[in-house]
Amino acid sequence: MSNLVYNEMLKIVRKKRLWVIVAIVAVLVALFTYAQYKRVQEMQERLGTTDWRTQLQQQIIDAQNRLNSSSISDEWRKYLQIRLKQQQYYLEHDINPSAPGAPTFMRMFIENAIDLFLPLLVMVVAADLVSSEASGGTIKLLLTRPVKRGAVLLSKYIALLLSISFILLTVAFLSYFISGAVFGYEGWRLPLLTGFVAQGEELNTANVHMLPQWKYVLIELGLAWFVCIVVGTLTFMLSVLVRSTAAVMGIMLAALISGAILSNMVSSWHSAKYLFMVNLRLTDYISGTAPPIEGMTLGFSMTVLAVWGLAALAISFIVFTKRDIY
Amino acid sequence: MTKQATLIVENLRKTIRRKEIIKGISFELKEGEVFGFLGPNGAGKTTTIRMLVGLIKPTAGRISICGYDLERQFTEAIRHIGCIVENPELYPYLSGWENLEHFARMVRDIPKERIVEVVELVGLQNRIHDRVSTYSLGMRQRLGIAQALLGKPKVLILDEPTNGLDPVGIREMRGFIRFLAETEGLSVLVSSHLLSEIQLMCDRVAIMAKGTLLRVDTVEHLLKEQARVAWKVEPLEMAKAILAAETSIFRIDGDTLITPYEPKKLSVWNKKLVEAGVAVHEIQPKLPTLEDLFIELTGGETIE
Ligand SMILES: Nc1ncnc2c1ncn2[C@@H]1O[C@H](COP(=O)(O)OP(=O)(O)OP(=O)(O)O)[C@@H](O)[C@H]1O
Ligand SMILES: [Mg+2]
Repeated sequence: MSNLVYNEMLKIVRKKRLWVIVAIVAVLVALFTYAQYKRVQEMQERLGTTDWRTQLQQQIIDAQNRLNSSSISDEWRKYLQIRLKQQQYYLEHDINPSAPGAPTFMRMFIENAIDLFLPLLVMVVAADLVSSEASGGTIKLLLTRPVKRGAVLLSKYIALLLSISFILLTVAFLSYFISGAVFGYEGWRLPLLTGFVAQGEELNTANVHMLPQWKYVLIELGLAWFVCIVVGTLTFMLSVLVRSTAAVMGIMLAALISGAILSNMVSSWHSAKYLFMVNLRLTDYISGTAPPIEGMTLGFSMTVLAVWGLAALAISFIVFTKRDIY
Repeated sequence: MTKQATLIVENLRKTIRRKEIIKGISFELKEGEVFGFLGPNGAGKTTTIRMLVGLIKPTAGRISICGYDLERQFTEAIRHIGCIVENPELYPYLSGWENLEHFARMVRDIPKERIVEVVELVGLQNRIHDRVSTYSLGMRQRLGIAQALLGKPKVLILDEPTNGLDPVGIREMRGFIRFLAETEGLSVLVSSHLLSEIQLMCDRVAIMAKGTLLRVDTVEHLLKEQARVAWKVEPLEMAKAILAAETSIFRIDGDTLITPYEPKKLSVWNKKLVEAGVAVHEIQPKLPTLEDLFIELTGGETIE
């Protein structure tokens, strides 16, 4: 099996897919770093550079005053206390909350890339993994070796998993190192708030707690990895079913983009929550953004994605091992 | 010593979309023989070959390779087969050498020396480290053969191996295939619609049309039956009546009659013609070719 996986990785590398991906990520990260830099500059101009400490102090005093008044609910009190702790941390450690370091950039990059950009990168590798063998005719040689068809497909799937892991590591490293050159490499221990649950119009703050940024980033990377594997598996299935790589790309792109559009308009179509493409923004559950359809939770979305992924994997293997190759 | 059968096909059938494409064919390949698979376009040669190498599943029938059943013992059976199905398609972005390494890795125990050996066997040593996308069609054919020979197969299956080769290449390929069969003891199955090819390099031939095998026999046997005589005679009608009483007339080509070639009777028939007052201008034995037999058997069919 390791020989087969080596073969598949060799083909992916020699098709220069991974280098294209590294190049795309590098260019985009540089672009976003510049955009972010401009924004920070503008904000600092508006607020004045020395102002942020006094402002933070003012916010802390406001919060303390509110905590002292008796007319607030317990829940709200707890939330304010946690926020207070966060703001005090900023002040004590001399961190300007509006001028983030590389880890913050990395976190925001992953949050914004999880539903479209990362899946696109995964597609670049996954789309032609099987379909290119079929359209190039090399599948005839591949399947007339003393190796079971299931093993051939499994080796391709493992190669896909390795490539996805490589892509995520690339995104993590490049976004950290490139943005760090501008924003500095500090900020791993920055406390962030998580645990917000959006309930209808309201934000439930009962479970809010602080998380150091490095944990937060790690969790988000893990979620992004999960999303990429599911999208990769779906693309893989299409690649088995359809001979033309262009068609695979087209179908997957349509699904992903429709997911992005649907997320903005499906709040009243409830059964849409079982579609995989509206469940891709897993990181939103961590940062506390309201999900597109009421009642969706992290567990729910992950289950939906897992079911889609497992079904796609099963279909790929059944079709590939049974199908006649013309 | 009787030669062992390496590939046995029994009553093979394939139905694609409710259309029966292969209608129950049976044949055997023996050790050290070159077996020709001859048929017009669309006869079902490629479909049969795809079944032999496990790419498509037969609707019915059995294929056994060196004693292993292809369906139930796939890996053991396929280990003994080397094949090119239709065009030799390899990875264009890898070099010839990398392609061979790639396929060698899929089989256990193929040392590097074996790769060197097959490269030399097909005469590609000068270009083997170039990318396959820079190869000519003939070079790709050679690389395809090298790839098929990697695992030291007992049965070599080649679908139109001379496709795209120049005349020198065709002759080389022919010699090469004979060499593999005679010296290395391989069974080689070669499909083609080029009759001269098959006639020159095969020991036995199967003639296929519309998914059935019309004849399976040695080339000599087929050709012997096939010898003809052309009579250039005048008047034609009278000669036809006389000869028809003696033998069968295959066809009339302008002013000549074609009859079977029976050396001992020629002079008797000739005498009868002359006695009846027919002018016999020419009696010409026609060189036997598979082409005539082929056209006769398949009726010069068009593609369905
Ligand atoms: N995938 C398919 N679906 C439907 N019919 C098919 C398919 N593949 C082949 N056929 C039909 O099967 C018949 C035999 O085709 P095959 O390719 O085996 O012919 P062949 O003898 O190899 O011809 P050629 O000399 O042109 O290569 C043809 O009539 C063809 O139309
Ligand atoms: Mg063919």
